[in-house]
Amino acid sequence: MACSEWNDLRDEVGHNVGVYDNPADLTPETWTVIRFDEVEDESGKLEWLLRKEGCMHCEEPGCLKACPSPGAIVQFANGIVDFQSDQCIGCGYCVAGCPFDVPRISKKDNKAYKCTLCADRVAVGQEPACVKTCPTGAIAFGSKADMKQLAANRIDELKSRGHEGAGLYDPAGVGGTHVMYVLTHADTPEIYHRLPKDPYISPVVRGWKEWLKPVGALGFIVTLAASFAHYVGVGPNTTEEDEHPAAEGKELADATPVAQQGSDDERPEGRK
Amino acid sequence: MDTKNSVLRTKFFDRMCHWTMVACFFLVAMSGLSWFFPSLNWLGNVLGTPQTARILHPFLGTVVFLLLVVMFFRFVHHNLLVKTDTIWFRHVVDVLMNRHEKKLRVGKYNAGQKLLFWGIMSLISVLFFTGIVIWRAYFAVFFPIPVIRFALLAHAMAGLGLILLVVGHIYMGLWVRGSITGMLTGYVSRAWARQHHDRWYDEDVNPAPDTPVKHH
Repeated sequence: MACSEWNDLRDEVGHNVGVYDNPADLTPETWTVIRFDEVEDESGKLEWLLRKEGCMHCEEPGCLKACPSPGAIVQFANGIVDFQSDQCIGCGYCVAGCPFDVPRISKKDNKAYKCTLCADRVAVGQEPACVKTCPTGAIAFGSKADMKQLAANRIDELKSRGHEGAGLYDPAGVGGTHVMYVLTHADTPEIYHRLPKDPYISPVVRGWKEWLKPVGALGFIVTLAASFAHYVGVGPNTTEEDEHPAAEGKELADATPVAQQGSDDERPEGRK
Repeated sequence: MDTKNSVLRTKFFDRMCHWTMVACFFLVAMSGLSWFFPSLNWLGNVLGTPQTARILHPFLGTVVFLLLVVMFFRFVHHNLLVKTDTIWFRHVVDVLMNRHEKKLRVGKYNAGQKLLFWGIMSLISVLFFTGIVIWRAYFAVFFPIPVIRFALLAHAMAGLGLILLVVGHIYMGLWVRGSITGMLTGYVSRAWARQHHDRWYDEDVNPAPDTPVKHH
């Protein structure tokens, strides 16, 4: 609600999908949702797992890797990854680049949207709207070092209460994230609504952006240089127009058939 | 047009197909390159704003594909590899070095042109089908993200390959004097036809009266 208020988002009211997830998914106008999963542990004890899903603000963002439009996705020094709508062309490559399936393309203006971590609030020294409004202190905001310390304290507390698997979700595969979770079951993040255990930028996306780009540039240089060198070295392929139009009749009458007959025997047959 | 000393090589319909496709391909290729190489971002301006370019690129690409489908059926029978193409392959260095004394029994298209034909046709097909998968506004939503990733990579590879083939094709047109005029007007000189496509000239353009005409 605070997110919608601050970012002036008014999504369509959704429907009950049978669980407490509401809205049911991220949309161009819903930048964060609370994921809800009922999980039974080994002893048969039921747990409610809640996770606030949204952009993780990766240190190495897959969306930024994939984006073809300079300036459409930016990463600030404070780690926030933000989409600049006026530069966005709506290709949707960020959707393919993201390891967390976060960006959504608007049907209204064909542009990509996601959580900005309230970059405009952070820029003037305020915390994001979701942090501001959270009444229980479940969301905290600060420097990464401070948040890691806060998390360490919380993890110690959880462990002292018997949650041996508690830990911090700050996946190294994307260089760490600027949105981190303290999970009571940090060894199995998948149970928190398919939170990837080891997210990373797809090697296919890397191949496209990191391998093919220099190879393609080299291909252009080689092709153009070879063409130029060939022309300079060999010169144009010209045709001697040595025809004597008057002789055309004579040639038709005898020269060509004679030449053809001479070569008829040895030349391989063309395909019919 | 003095048709006594020149011969019709490419019909009006095929020439129009070719040049319409060239115009669309230029726009599609420039916008595509503008997204692949960020330093060439300005190339996208050929289609207006970046957003307009993103909207138009797939439609124009579809036009290119459809024109090439038409051209496939009109040209394919001249582009099937035949036995005499091995002569051209064996003498490819002579061809490139401007040594054309030997008769290489080249049909309407030489073996290199035939490979270009099949290269263009296969790459445009890859581009079309991967382009559908990554066409965000209409179709991408029907494909899972890993499939879209592969399609993006394949689309970029095929696009680069096709543009490089076309660069080579343009260079050959510039190098072989008379071929661009030939594609514009449809006519080439008899000497040109004999020099570059001797078997085509002997069999189709100027068949000897006692040689049975071959229908390809």
